[in-house]
Amino acid sequence: MRGWIASRLLQTVLVIFLSLTAVFGMVRLSGDPVLLFMPMDIQAKDVNEYRERLGFNDPLLVQYARFMRGAVRGDFGESLRYRRDALGLVLERLPATLLLAGTAMLLTLALAVPLGVATAVRRDGAVDHAGTVLMVLGQATPGFWLGLMLIYLFAVQLRWLPTGGMGGLAHLVMPAVVLAAFYAARVARLTRSAVLEALGEDYVLTARAKGLAERHVVGKHALRNSAIPIVTLAGLEAGQLLGGAVVTETIFAWPGLGRLTVQALLNRDFPVVMAAVSFTSIVYTLMNLVVDLLYAWLDPRVRLRS
Amino acid sequence: MKKYLGLALTLAVVVAAVGAPWLAATDPMTTDFASGLKPPGSPGHPLGTDQLGRDLLARVLYGARLALFIGVCTVVVTAIVGGLLGLVAGFVERWPSAAIMRLADVQLSFPFILLALTINAIVGLGLRNIILSLSAAGWVVYARVVRGEVLSVKQRDYVHAAAALGVGRPRLLFRHVLPNVAPSIIVVASLQFSQFVVAEAAISFLGFGVQPPTPAWGSMLSESRDFLYVAWWLGAFPGAALALTALGVNLLGDWLRDTLDPKLRV
Repeated sequence: MRGWIASRLLQTVLVIFLSLTAVFGMVRLSGDPVLLFMPMDIQAKDVNEYRERLGFNDPLLVQYARFMRGAVRGDFGESLRYRRDALGLVLERLPATLLLAGTAMLLTLALAVPLGVATAVRRDGAVDHAGTVLMVLGQATPGFWLGLMLIYLFAVQLRWLPTGGMGGLAHLVMPAVVLAAFYAARVARLTRSAVLEALGEDYVLTARAKGLAERHVVGKHALRNSAIPIVTLAGLEAGQLLGGAVVTETIFAWPGLGRLTVQALLNRDFPVVMAAVSFTSIVYTLMNLVVDLLYAWLDPRVRLRS
Repeated sequence: MKKYLGLALTLAVVVAAVGAPWLAATDPMTTDFASGLKPPGSPGHPLGTDQLGRDLLARVLYGARLALFIGVCTVVVTAIVGGLLGLVAGFVERWPSAAIMRLADVQLSFPFILLALTINAIVGLGLRNIILSLSAAGWVVYARVVRGEVLSVKQRDYVHAAAALGVGRPRLLFRHVLPNVAPSIIVVASLQFSQFVVAEAAISFLGFGVQPPTPAWGSMLSESRDFLYVAWWLGAFPGAALALTALGVNLLGDWLRDTLDPKLRV
């Protein structure tokens, strides 16, 4: 077990290291990175001066070493627009993203697990058919369209909710619902298939044979054994949400990480882009690690096999 | 049920895309300022007009063309690149396999939409670059699935038998392994398709990707935000077209998986 954790940790460090390398490589895709790192209003004759000042004339390896040294210390340079530490700007947006991601995740689980269990238990009944339609629709509906239509209905027509921004509970409702609609559809589908699989197992037959009430059979035996795939998917989704929901945050003007990234891309503020993308990738990788460790803890077969 | 609804919706989108020039009464780019923001049901404009008086039905139909074109191109590119890398990673062990799988791990540490969006902002706007960005972000799923399949297929008796008969490695890979991995590639492609179409719309919605005045569903939705208070139809119809496309292709993909490869989890 200890060896397994150690190797998993090492692997995580390697992936983070390689991801930072990928971020460094990504801004070189355009050919001339200096164009991404200088203020918009610069004269053509000053480009070379900027190139020199930013160190883009140095050998690539030197530039790479400089980037990695900075990244390890959390230094991604200064925002071109705000003239402030790029990572600082990213971290400032974290509470808003955490609030939205947490609410969306809770809503997702609260909707998805009961729906998944209900459809599995009433397989091929009316509940199953209606639930399956909901799941399929939830997965196919693009979040940004759902968001626009909800704004039209609840903010423009009915005037029940604000169109966007961050404030009281009312501001949180629509963005959280939009995110949860998509994620809940996926979790519910997975819950349904996992519970269905568990209900076919021998231990469920045994539990029923000894006369256990059906709600105990489902709640204690089937659902608990379905927990692993559900936890895995929910964990990965939480990781994705923590990076900021780029589209949803933009529609609802939610001042989180996702919106910051989109704005930085639109302003061509690449130090902020690099800080945000690196941060997201690291959080996501760490979330994967947490899910894996949780997985091993829930299911001894995982750690014994490897 | 799944099968028929999926087929019907997909077919409808294909018909809309292919037949756009005949189905649309007017050109999607022709502006007519005198009849801007007409509601659905106006004479000559079944879905109404936008702020520049362009026919919304024509724009939605031509949007299907663009969405399908981008979706098909991206799926083909990712299937070939990801499929080949997966074949190599599964067949040739040692360092090529390790290198490809680490690369996949790294890519999976970035959320798909964020990666495609960032690459697009760096390489630039336009049709070719959006296909490039989506492909660069989307090949991983194929590589992973194909590698897993190859690892199991190459242990089968017919592969061992062919190898014992002296069949060369390239021929072994493409004649004996690839045909048995093909169903998974088809299933992954069908399940990835709608993800690509929706991602393209999202990226164009955010102001990258395909630019106005080209009729793309994403940029149409983006423009509709300024008129949400006066013209709901500008957002409702392109979005509905996008949702129905995703729904149809998803259903088709589910059905393909159930028939071809029920064990596959993507």
